[in-house]
Amino acid sequence: MKLKFFLLAWLCFGLSLHSQEYFPKNDGISNERNSHTAFTGATIHVSPNEVLENATLLIKNGKVVAVGSNIAIPENSVQINLEGKHIYPSFIDLYSDFGVAEPKRVGRGNNPQYDASREGYYWNDHIMPDQKALKDFAYDSKAAADYLKAGFGVLNTHKADGVMRGTSLLVALNNQGDNNDRIIRQDAAQHMSFSRSIASAQSYPSSLMGTMALIRQVYHDAKWYKNEGAEQTDLALEAFNANRNLPVIFEAGNKQNALRADKIADEFGVKYILKGGGDEFENADAIAATNASFIIPLDFPAAYDVSDPYQTSRISLADMRMWNQAPQNPAVLASKGVEFSFTAADLKKKNEFLPNLRKAVTYGLDKEQALAALTSIPAQQIGMGSSLGMLKSGYHANFLVTSGDLFEEGSTIFENWVQGERYTITDMNIKDIRGDYKLNVAGNSYDLKISGELSKLKSEITKDSAKIASKIDYKNNWVNLFYTPGGEGDTEFVRLNAQTGKDNTLKGSGVLTDGSAVNWTATLEKAFEPKDKKEDSKTPEVLPVSYPNMAYGFAQKPKQEEVLFKNATVWTSEEAGILENTDVLVRNGKIAAIGKDLSAGNATVIDATGKHLTAGIIDEHSHIAAASINEGGHNSSAEVQIEDVVDPEDIDIYRNLSGGVTTIQILHGSANPIGGRSALIKLKWGEDANEMILDNSPKFIKFALGENVKQSNWGSTVRFPQTRMGVEQVFTDYFQRAKEYDEQWKAYNALSKRQKERTTAPRYDQEMETIAEILNGERFISCHSYVQSEINMLMKVAEKFDFRINTFTHILEGYKVADKMAEHGVGGSTFSDWWAYKFEVNDAIPYNAAIMHNQGVTVAINSDDAEMSRRLNQEAAKTVKYGGMSEEEAWKFVTINPAKLLHIDDRTGSIKEGKDADLVLWSDHPMSVYAVAEKTMIEGVTYYDYEQMQEMHEVNQQERNKLINMMLSAKNNGMKTKAPEMKEKIHLHCDSEIYQK
Amino acid sequence: MLKFKYIIASLLFAGAWMVQAQQTPAPSQDGSILITGATTHIGNGQVIENGAVGFENGKITFIGEASSADSASFDQVIQADGKHVYPGFITLNSTLGLVEIDAVRATNDIEEIGNILPHIRAIIAYNAESKIVESMRPNGILTAQITPREGRISGTSSVVQLDAWNWEDAAIKTDDAIHMNWPNSFTRGRWWLGETGLKPNDKYQEQLEEVSSFLKEAKAYQAGDQEPRNLAMEAILGVFDGSKKLYVNVNGQKEILDMIHFMENHGVASPVIVGGNQADAVADVLAEKNIPVIVTRPHSLPSTEDTHVKKPFMLASQLVSKGVLTGIDVSGRMERMNTRNLPFYAGTVAAYGVDKEKAVQMITGDAAKILGIDSFIGTLEEGKDATLFISEGDALDMRTNQVSKAFIQGRDISLETHQTELWKRYSEKYARD
Repeated sequence: MKLKFFLLAWLCFGLSLHSQEYFPKNDGISNERNSHTAFTGATIHVSPNEVLENATLLIKNGKVVAVGSNIAIPENSVQINLEGKHIYPSFIDLYSDFGVAEPKRVGRGNNPQYDASREGYYWNDHIMPDQKALKDFAYDSKAAADYLKAGFGVLNTHKADGVMRGTSLLVALNNQGDNNDRIIRQDAAQHMSFSRSIASAQSYPSSLMGTMALIRQVYHDAKWYKNEGAEQTDLALEAFNANRNLPVIFEAGNKQNALRADKIADEFGVKYILKGGGDEFENADAIAATNASFIIPLDFPAAYDVSDPYQTSRISLADMRMWNQAPQNPAVLASKGVEFSFTAADLKKKNEFLPNLRKAVTYGLDKEQALAALTSIPAQQIGMGSSLGMLKSGYHANFLVTSGDLFEEGSTIFENWVQGERYTITDMNIKDIRGDYKLNVAGNSYDLKISGELSKLKSEITKDSAKIASKIDYKNNWVNLFYTPGGEGDTEFVRLNAQTGKDNTLKGSGVLTDGSAVNWTATLEKAFEPKDKKEDSKTPEVLPVSYPNMAYGFAQKPKQEEVLFKNATVWTSEEAGILENTDVLVRNGKIAAIGKDLSAGNATVIDATGKHLTAGIIDEHSHIAAASINEGGHNSSAEVQIEDVVDPEDIDIYRNLSGGVTTIQILHGSANPIGGRSALIKLKWGEDANEMILDNSPKFIKFALGENVKQSNWGSTVRFPQTRMGVEQVFTDYFQRAKEYDEQWKAYNALSKRQKERTTAPRYDQEMETIAEILNGERFISCHSYVQSEINMLMKVAEKFDFRINTFTHILEGYKVADKMAEHGVGGSTFSDWWAYKFEVNDAIPYNAAIMHNQGVTVAINSDDAEMSRRLNQEAAKTVKYGGMSEEEAWKFVTINPAKLLHIDDRTGSIKEGKDADLVLWSDHPMSVYAVAEKTMIEGVTYYDYEQMQEMHEVNQQERNKLINMMLSAKNNGMKTKAPEMKEKIHLHCDSEIYQK
Repeated sequence: MLKFKYIIASLLFAGAWMVQAQQTPAPSQDGSILITGATTHIGNGQVIENGAVGFENGKITFIGEASSADSASFDQVIQADGKHVYPGFITLNSTLGLVEIDAVRATNDIEEIGNILPHIRAIIAYNAESKIVESMRPNGILTAQITPREGRISGTSSVVQLDAWNWEDAAIKTDDAIHMNWPNSFTRGRWWLGETGLKPNDKYQEQLEEVSSFLKEAKAYQAGDQEPRNLAMEAILGVFDGSKKLYVNVNGQKEILDMIHFMENHGVASPVIVGGNQADAVADVLAEKNIPVIVTRPHSLPSTEDTHVKKPFMLASQLVSKGVLTGIDVSGRMERMNTRNLPFYAGTVAAYGVDKEKAVQMITGDAAKILGIDSFIGTLEEGKDATLFISEGDALDMRTNQVSKAFIQGRDISLETHQTELWKRYSEKYARD
């Protein structure tokens, strides 16, 4: 303990030794040191692909002077013989918050905070490009020691808070220097993320898509601020512009967010270095296609403790697989040509870094690539490739001295030199005293066995094969040995010590239990032999990745097929009506022919005798397959896009397929009068979000009316509007502003190039752009609506601005104003029978669809519910019961009618030659409660098949069993396990406001 | 064509359709009625293709082939050829009449504060004039078990018929059962602290202990002089002698086994499982011990992403095939208004393995058996209540569930609702144009 204090004091004192040469000095005489240090005889890894055997590294004043096999060693050199040892460049970690404290978390009050807390900056607190890591930086030598032990020499550290987090600091882990030495570069990189600041309660953005929109708006605003010279000062935008040339490190955290961040980067012609999450291997092709550079955490999940079968049943196959597959992440990324560096950021214990690194190598990562990811690549990523990450002349003298190949199990890092200062991890000169001895103390003879790690020895003393309690300490070549000569239960110790010498005998003095002094010896009988550790390093079994990589994922993505459905009852949803005993031929993803006795040609024939073939079901109102649904931080969020947050790995996609659904509109929720832009997707299970989003997708936006937007059932009452009266004014105001905005731009765009140069351009506003699209007929409104007054109101507002509402969704009192709706030309997408869940649905009736239809309104039946959406066939059937719809018309409510409302009826929604082959084969009449979807096809690809689903379930169960056995054996082999994690899916509805990443 | 429909509609529902709050309960049966020629579903798994059911003074007096019915002896004969007759459907573990509008707290009488509340009686809060209750009848649901929610022991239910002036009038079996929520082995993370997912509930045993000591004390109370009176203990005593069933909301396999063991130890005579997500895994035990399961809302999503895509549809079939007495309930989100979909839940379980007639039985005869009221209701058998309805077609299928007549205790009840009235009012509005 005392020694520690002494060391600490010495360290502090030592600091002054390293002050800048021009600093005044009052604690002694000048102490400039100009000698060289030469490391000789080592295997030197100059760079990942350049290794020198038996070479010399010459350093001076923290820099490499020379490296090579034939170096002239200057006379003023301290020589260190590293024969048999290796030298590697020290590691660089670009993703750290080392020495930068987390800000204080603010609670959210009862009422939401809509305005920014900071003055003089951007309108949003989560945008802090002006933040500097340097400002809050305090070197933490304890944390530095953890990094040093793991092999790191340089860290890029930042304040990990907010969406735009400002600039980072590149710092050397020089525990003996001061910040004058350590700080390599301030403003090393700009940092960004999708996470809100914990230091601000400002509501916006409340969702991932809101965050994405906000980042885009900052890019637009910064450009405008710079080019057009804003009248007010915005310190955040100024900082953002000032930092434009710095590398940008973006914390993505998982593969999907990496693709999202990359999308923004592409839109603005910038490059992000993406900090990943370790799951990139699951979608490595898409990750590689970003061409982005990555920072990959070396954090592999521990095995679950699966000893309780009941708890284990709640762990998902996806999570179990992640344990098995994640260590291959670096190898897979390398094989796909992805450039990446490593970070220890996600490791709570930095001492897991090296074992994980070796694990990655065991799982196929090439050692050269591993070293590059630790040294030269991060140096390049941060723009320091010519001074960090290699051991070339002029580079920082940051290097590791190891006992052997760094990537092999059992090799030791002895020293980590940073800026020419030694940090000792394991004393490389310590004498190895492990072995079997004959111990002689005061005439008694014992057997002594010394084993364990050199830094932590274990002793075992036996007398006449009876074990005696003992303990050994070994430091700085001094051995301290204690034991209880009386045997078991004795509390009196014999205390011995000895300094190790050249020979193999331990000789020293000690104190017996009675306090009398004694001399002792221990004679080596058998030296220590390291165990062959190779035995468990056989290539581990990695289970294959599926698409998506979870339960019901496909081993291979299904392919487009030529198929002939033979002899089906075909529900065309067209004028042709319902055709008995009819064939439908599918070719190139399209419906190629409909008719009797069609020739199969090359097509696979499916006997559909007694079965029913329909167009795929279209759900006009869905909230599945999205990472977030509501951006409720503002009363208008027209700028947000559900397309940004489509989640292709939502099991509800597969469940929807099992109910014959092929196309959905993912609508923004109803947290605000003007919601966000929709995503129209086809449920191509196993594909990426981009593949699912419709090509040339019609543009939609969600609007909302009623209790949700006026927050009737919420705690807070501070946001405008609180009444339906206010809702009208919100719409009128936004449309008016958008109209003026659009006129300003049209006027500006009409100017000549020269005139433009002299004119201030209008500010680009994503929200206004979106609303202007509505006014210009380029974007359609689907409006969440309940009572007749507000339905009528919105139609009148639209008419005033000379456009039409496209769809009223929910539209539960549509039946009361169906004539007005027909006149306005708006469609209605409603629930079959929901009511009574809130006050505004007290007059909702299940006859609504029929009445609207009878008045000439295009009617669809929608779900707004992940469960109901897979039974929309049954919901359509309810309109036969309630209101007496004909079955043929009722079926259109879930096929061609929603297609019409979504402006996609030219490609899907019915069985017609030339349309997309989006088809469902039913076991029975499609609206029968007994009907089961047997096959669901999208564009000629069968994404769901009842039999295949059963098989996949079986295969999943077997794989679970296999993984459980693998985890049990991992546990038995002493590997670390963690308690089962039981994830719960949150099903989103209109009023779900959950920030999900 | 469209116009023609309106005219038909307005003719059919001629007369001034005043929008009124509730339908007036029907008067007692006056004169005997025979419904003949229909596919007659008995509710015990049997069906008579061309059957007849006769009833007088609210009780069934004849059931059998149409050919063997003496139609002349009935005051009124309803020819129902091509139609279907069913016993009134029974909704178990229901909260009908306890909440009118989910989001309006003032209309909510579903859960009392406190934890051990066997003395809380749902029946007295039952709103016989609820607009939601009346909307059950056009779908064939005529009987309901009205049940309080929440707490460890939620309270006491009663069984009602759905055409009544008030709750006393409605009750057909008062205080039939106690309802409790079995502790879960897992607890949800505190989302506001960023905890997601489930974790083992370390208070599971403690929570059981609370119930255990209550039951033990209640028994001791019964054995003693019962002074001073303890309302909660008095209310629970019926579960020991079987005069009250104990409905236990429990889902996990382990919890179910724990529950069975617990109830045996405490001498609870008739436990009933509500939920039973994983009851299929212990179906043999349940069948052997005659413990019924009420499967919760088959129109639910699988509980985890690994769960079989069709599991909620298949669970009933998995239990029925092992011989477990199985019912269906509607509890969950928006459960009151959804209760009218009970027949379609039965239809869905029929699509996934349950015999169609058995599916009918699950919401009629078997439901009555679970409730312990099968001696007088639930099936079309002589001597039982004439609580039944006529549907134009298969009542388990939404297309054909078209109820044209319904009788509760022989009373010819109105099939109008707040909703049909609005339908007619607006159909008439548009027909005027």
